[in-house]
Amino acid sequence: MASEKFQRSSSSTEPEFTTASLPDIVFMLLIFFMVATVLRETNIQVRTQLPQAEALTKIDQKRLISKVHIGPIKRGENQGDTAIQIDDALIEDRRAIRQIMYTKLQEQPKLIVSLKVDQESEMSIVNQVQQELREANALRINYSSNREGPPPS
Amino acid sequence: MPGLLDKRRSDRDEASIPTAGMADIAFLLLIFFLVTTTINVDTGIGMTLPPKLKPDQKPPPVKERNLMKVMVNAQGDVLVNEERASVAQIRDRAKKHVLNFGENPSLSVSPDDAVISIKTGAQTPYSTYIDVLDEVWMAYREIWDQIARTNRLPGPDGGTAGLDQTHSSYREYYNQLGPEEDNKIRDVFGAQISIAEPDTGE
Repeated sequence: MASEKFQRSSSSTEPEFTTASLPDIVFMLLIFFMVATVLRETNIQVRTQLPQAEALTKIDQKRLISKVHIGPIKRGENQGDTAIQIDDALIEDRRAIRQIMYTKLQEQPKLIVSLKVDQESEMSIVNQVQQELREANALRINYSSNREGPPPS
Repeated sequence: MPGLLDKRRSDRDEASIPTAGMADIAFLLLIFFLVTTTINVDTGIGMTLPPKLKPDQKPPPVKERNLMKVMVNAQGDVLVNEERASVAQIRDRAKKHVLNFGENPSLSVSPDDAVISIKTGAQTPYSTYIDVLDEVWMAYREIWDQIARTNRLPGPDGGTAGLDQTHSSYREYYNQLGPEEDNKIRDVFGAQISIAEPDTGE
């Protein structure tokens, strides 16, 4: 009985799972992620643990944003010192910020400066940066922060 | 000629592109993009800094009663109009201040005149500052929530806010706005939050 069954199955063509449509599915997922991906272009050298807040707004237009990171340096000889990073470079002279921001504002008049400040930083450095931004006339800012607690459903 | 072609095709197995390896390639790419993807929208508290004053220019005058001064020091102690308060009380104090409509002589004359000013010490932690700023914004958010729900402006002679329909909350109203559409609630009931000039240390 058992051998008969076995023989019958071996005699017919081998059942095969069609993999032809698998690439289609995978490609669809791939295209989704390719479109949604933003490759991290800057190497952040300072720690920025963002504060939490409730009254948040979203910035949909990513191209308007220019990020300013403020926080303790992660590694290197000055590790732990609070530093400012714009784009890829740490800012040595804080008075240079106005020039950098002024140049950015010329390129993008609707510039939004997103301040990514570590929650343990002191206000003196934030105030200094804000004064520099005022000098450059880059007045639209955003205090980057995360939502409190679990995200709403 | 056609006969010859037909013959050849019938002789051989049908040629096909091997698609088995295709999935592997696609998976590899997929995994790469999965790992590198960050689908995060930037969120934060938006502010507009005051424009820089010319050396001979004085800041615009604000009547004492219209100004609510919030001061925070390094220990997280809060002073509201020179009185001790806690961070949790700021929201209610701010709402009372804004929605006073001239009733209490020490609070604001009208919401349009009301200004809330936040001042921090040099050593105040950033998180404390954000907590305070968040509370002040939430005071306005709660007022806006009410406008969104009722489509009426607060106050004794509260007229219509001019919305097309009511919404369950301000956030819901905000989320359904198109990118070029004006935020009517903020147009009719603006928020005046100012970041005080830091002490120059002299």
